[in-house]
Amino acid sequence: MSPLEFTLTLLGISVGAGFLGSLVGLGGGVVVVPALTLIYGIDIRYAIGASIVSVIATSSGAAAAYVKERLTNLRVAMLLELGTTTGAITGAFIAGIIHSRWLFVIFGLALAYSGVAMVRRSQRRGEAVPSDGWADRLRLHGSYFDEVRGREVAYRVTRTRLGLFLMYLAGLISGLLGIGSGVFKVPAMDLGMRIPIKVSSATSNFMIGVTAAASAGVYFVRGDIDPFIAAPVATGVVIGALAGSRVLPRTDSRLLRLVFVVVLLVISVQMVWKGLR
Amino acid sequence: MSAREKKAKTSDEPVGRFELVISEILRLGVTLSLATILVGLALMFAHHPDYLRSSADLVRLTSPGAALPHSLSDVIEGVRAWRGQAVVALGLTMLILTPILRVAVSIVAFAVERDRVFVAVTSAVLAVLLLSFVLGKVG
Repeated sequence: MSPLEFTLTLLGISVGAGFLGSLVGLGGGVVVVPALTLIYGIDIRYAIGASIVSVIATSSGAAAAYVKERLTNLRVAMLLELGTTTGAITGAFIAGIIHSRWLFVIFGLALAYSGVAMVRRSQRRGEAVPSDGWADRLRLHGSYFDEVRGREVAYRVTRTRLGLFLMYLAGLISGLLGIGSGVFKVPAMDLGMRIPIKVSSATSNFMIGVTAAASAGVYFVRGDIDPFIAAPVATGVVIGALAGSRVLPRTDSRLLRLVFVVVLLVISVQMVWKGLR
Repeated sequence: MSAREKKAKTSDEPVGRFELVISEILRLGVTLSLATILVGLALMFAHHPDYLRSSADLVRLTSPGAALPHSLSDVIEGVRAWRGQAVVALGLTMLILTPILRVAVSIVAFAVERDRVFVAVTSAVLAVLLLSFVLGKVG
């Protein structure tokens, strides 16, 4: 394969990954890293380095829109970024020292979890929100405009310390595997801190860019970000994600999600297999 | 106060303005970085016509051990020589700096609001981000 063929095919795969990712609510990283390692046989650390850069690009692009719509809780985001960024540099550091076979295994397991989390229904929330001194003192509570209900909806935030700890773990996975790990951040805010799902998603997206920047710094200085691999991945994923967000309102995503879950599980098995072989 | 007046008032508050600034930083940062990356990629192919055919080059370009620009001085030096790889690396650096710049602007926003706790929180996040560039050298 010539470098030109490599660039063009990888660009195509990245556009597809970004497109599908934005339709089902996952980033492109979960597709890009397996594609680079399994199809092109690229070193997994280079694959992760390329993917983490594309994560910054897609997250920042989407976050720009959400912040304008005032769906993002900026105070919660800034506070929890303490957890995600320290987790991210921990993860990026670990990725540099462990044997790459374990990166394959952990990546495979994270993929399987992402697939399961996509189909699992979110829990009903009947009970009252327990009060939390930290959330009161830091003034984390907020409100957002709910388009379906047509009015401003106020919410209270709880379990701030648990949230911070879970964000450290989410950041660690993001830094270790080069994925946005929104699939770990959203439940921590939604189920743990009781933040409405729309606000949780927007705030998670906002934090993903900063989280990824923290680990990307480590990967860049270590020399694990190969410009020739990262260039088509970053541009392709962003183009795909933009296209996906255009058609998203007109798509019935249920069947698509189901198909995507099956694909994720198949890739997951292949990644684990490659690591253990 | 009517709902509309209330809405107009909120958008005058510092946070409302800063939300717009943050949104613009993110959008512009991504656009400029991606444009730079594409220019760099085009330069790589323009300088090396054999990249259109030779498969030996691909192995060299994508295998560990390749001499990649991975410090600011590498990048600047390479960009001055119009090396495509360094121009791509410049775009990637700009992309990594975009969220970091967003955090720095947030510190100013909280300072304007006189919110000392959040100035401290956001400064700590910025410190962790800057630490990442040091940690990469150790790991």
